[in-house]
Amino acid sequence: MPDLRLLNAEPSDAERIAIDAVLGAGNGANNRTARDDRTKRHLLLPALRAAQQRVGWVSEGALGYASRRLAVPPAEAYGVASFYALIALEEQPADVTHVCTDLSCMLKGATVPEGAHPSPCLGLCERAPASYRTIAGEQPVEEQIPAVGPPLPQAGQSGLRLLRRIAAGVDPESIDAYIQTGGFESLRHARELGPEAVLREVTESRLLGRGGAAFPTGVKWEAVAKQQALPHYIVCNADESEPGTFKDRVLMEQDPFALIESMAIAALATGSSHGFIYVRAEYPLAHRRLQNAIDLARSRGFLEGFDIELRIGAGAYVCGEETALFQSIEGFRGEPRNKPPFPVEVGLFGKPTAVNNVETLFNVLEVVTDGGEAFSGIGTKDSTGTRLFCLSGAVARPGLYELPFGATLRELLDLAGAERPKAVLLGGAAGAFVGPDLLDIRLTYEDTREAGVTLGSGVVIVYDESADLVGALLRIAEFFRDESCGQCVPCRVGTVRQEEALKRLAAGRAHEDELQTLAELAQVMQDASICGLGQTAANAVASAIVNLKVFAA
Amino acid sequence: MSVLLAAPKKMIELTVDGEVVRVFEGSTILDACRMLGNEQPTLCYGDTLTPVNVCRVCVVEVEGARTLVPSCSRKVEAGMVVLTDSERVRTSRRLVMELLGSSVDLSTAPDALAYIEQYDAKPDRFGPDAATVVQDVKVDNDLYVRDYSKCILCYKCVSACGEDHQNTFAIAVAGRGFDAHISTELDVTLPESACVYCGNCIAVCPTGALMSVPEYEKRQAGTWDAENETVVSTVCPYCGVGCNLELHVQDNEIVNVTSPHDHDVTEGNLCIKGRFGYQYVQNRR
Ligand SMILES: Cc1cc2nc3c(=O)[nH]c(=O)nc-3n(C[C@H](O)[C@H](O)[C@H](O)COP(=O)(O)O)c2cc1C
Ligand code: SF4
Ligand code: SF4
Ligand code: SF4
Ligand code: FES
Ligand code: FES
Repeated sequence: MPDLRLLNAEPSDAERIAIDAVLGAGNGANNRTARDDRTKRHLLLPALRAAQQRVGWVSEGALGYASRRLAVPPAEAYGVASFYALIALEEQPADVTHVCTDLSCMLKGATVPEGAHPSPCLGLCERAPASYRTIAGEQPVEEQIPAVGPPLPQAGQSGLRLLRRIAAGVDPESIDAYIQTGGFESLRHARELGPEAVLREVTESRLLGRGGAAFPTGVKWEAVAKQQALPHYIVCNADESEPGTFKDRVLMEQDPFALIESMAIAALATGSSHGFIYVRAEYPLAHRRLQNAIDLARSRGFLEGFDIELRIGAGAYVCGEETALFQSIEGFRGEPRNKPPFPVEVGLFGKPTAVNNVETLFNVLEVVTDGGEAFSGIGTKDSTGTRLFCLSGAVARPGLYELPFGATLRELLDLAGAERPKAVLLGGAAGAFVGPDLLDIRLTYEDTREAGVTLGSGVVIVYDESADLVGALLRIAEFFRDESCGQCVPCRVGTVRQEEALKRLAAGRAHEDELQTLAELAQVMQDASICGLGQTAANAVASAIVNLKVFAA
Repeated sequence: MSVLLAAPKKMIELTVDGEVVRVFEGSTILDACRMLGNEQPTLCYGDTLTPVNVCRVCVVEVEGARTLVPSCSRKVEAGMVVLTDSERVRTSRRLVMELLGSSVDLSTAPDALAYIEQYDAKPDRFGPDAATVVQDVKVDNDLYVRDYSKCILCYKCVSACGEDHQNTFAIAVAGRGFDAHISTELDVTLPESACVYCGNCIAVCPTGALMSVPEYEKRQAGTWDAENETVVSTVCPYCGVGCNLELHVQDNEIVNVTSPHDHDVTEGNLCIKGRFGYQYVQNRR
């Protein structure tokens, strides 16, 4: 460990106390680095977040104290702090409102009042326009502020699987209510079956990941289970920041015990003794309910031999990319790693790791209860089970819908009440626009792949005749420019050039060959970027140009 | 008779542009290309540094892969079929150079300028209003300047200052996206930072963003004369380590001191005395 030169400023008492609450009390004044703290770099982001919550920003004193306590070079701690949108490095008022200006809220006329900060999608799209408020202090407040809206549209409907308990209104804070409605039965059954049999069921179910990449969960888990290196980790990706997505939030807020149960099953199957749930910062209700669920499940003995830790992000879409998520948990900048090696071999803390989306894990409960074969009988041959769709925009009944794979887009839009859409954005900012000609597409992995579009994270944003599609494209371009981690050239500069070109097109000042430039930018971003962010950053724009002829002369 | 000291490393066979090549397991595609004398463009790759694979100018096409892959860091696999000069590869490399050339001042980056030529890149295609990283030069000490208008964010200086060599961690990447940049903590000046002026960051910087004060001043004055520079090899006189030095001399004056990368003691690194402590040679009192 190098002999660190440290920032001189001292933290205030409030900052010191807040950081100590995360790191444990510091020791004597002269021994500036506690030996034990040296391997605790993974507590850097929690420490910065604590200071942010306490005083509303991370001062020089707080940054210096956190780096000192954790023996992180101050330049690196600064690099980490400056990576996240919700860590302020300049003094600001204690009370800050972040107003969503993203796709669904735009459609509902979002405006940013003076003094408020514009924000990317807050995951409240079904009740747009939305904002999120943080008030720093001894008792910090974090509050989601959706527009008032109707209850979940599918409440009371039969045939729901993943949303069953939610539709029935089961108390999400009571472990007894959970148990009475069948909770922890799957875990009990899984323990009877043993790891190999659980792996077999999950593989047989042909469950594909719901986080966006549609990777077979069974294959992933088997790969982790057979790794020699120990320990193994199971990580739940609950960063949910794809514009238009709110499904994982609803699951975590309304049925948190189910996530804990499914992670315990995943741990059993993959031989993991430790799990992490990484939730985006903007979901405070989910944080509280998950922590409550973890505590209660632990105290009732459901987590024997396995423990789960909650980790909270700080405003960075890219941290949903699985390897960026590891970097973030480990206390580094959320910069995606080059793959290979893949997480199943070299994941969190360099160890074999199974990372799964919240919705994917919820499906595991069904797989274990019903058996893999029965599960694979739902949906279509290549898309098994049910799927959650996040409906927002120009629909009468926005919200979360659960349908077996195979339903068509038209059926889904009819359920939600969409009149004559001009266009539909499938899969979020990283997804693609489709026109009215594609409404009969079956919403399966295979059908969407064939049509050159994607289900992504289940986003369905509806644009009616009056909608401003060019405005939506500009917002998407701005989103990727803002959220690029900045590591690789195609994405760091490509997203800027894409936005510039779109702005010129929108203003009617296009350069010669502008569409050719956009097409070439799309190609280099897709082909040469490190991670999925850059690789998909041009998809929606390209699809609007091709499918909707947005800039046709 | 030879004695085997360690198990021999496995050989891997692959095809690069139609030519079969055998390399040791664990080699990169770049290593394999070099075996064939097929040099690839690189900017963030350094022979003495851990690959960070961020510039993406070295990408190649691997049969069966969804995207292009960075040749500087991707390990070879048996039976790989690699294309280094396909249309797809050339397009990506050209675009990478156009993106860099349109956002960064590459005037003192010889390799980058050569790649712009080689791939027929047209950085000005994005027009005069394209955003750039232009900013003021940081001159805050007597030994070297930092001109981040010339920074391509290759991470080499960060690797050299940190884990790969110096272990000082004076600089890191801060910010995000197009605002990402190399910085000390809170952007304090170098004298206020942990920097020990080893200059090992200067030695790896591929663009001249980091430059010794003599070089910077001569370039400003228009008296920089790389054509007539001579290089004298010697050994550092200060301590017993015995670092090889290369004194770069222009017009009878030392303008830079480097150390060969293949020197097994230094791997190109020096300390402040070896790098900058040459004034006494020039004091002819
Ligand atoms: C920029 C980016 C953001 C992502 N965000 C998320 C996310 O918020 N939640 C998620 O589950 N997966 C996200 N993913 C996908 C993950 O990398 C990973 O594929 C997924 O968590 C695997 O889980 P699954 O197999 O259960 O889908 C993201 C990917 C990229 C490239
Ligand atoms: S593609 Fe974008 S987000 Fe991903 S590593 Fe590259 S710069 Fe970062
Ligand atoms: S001179 Fe040495 S210590 Fe200073 S920034 Fe460069 S590599 Fe780091
Ligand atoms: S200063 Fe030089 S070495 Fe450092 S990142 Fe920029 S270009 Fe690379
Ligand atoms: S909450 Fe505003 S777009 Fe999702
Ligand atoms: S040299 Fe390979 S990515 Fe930069």
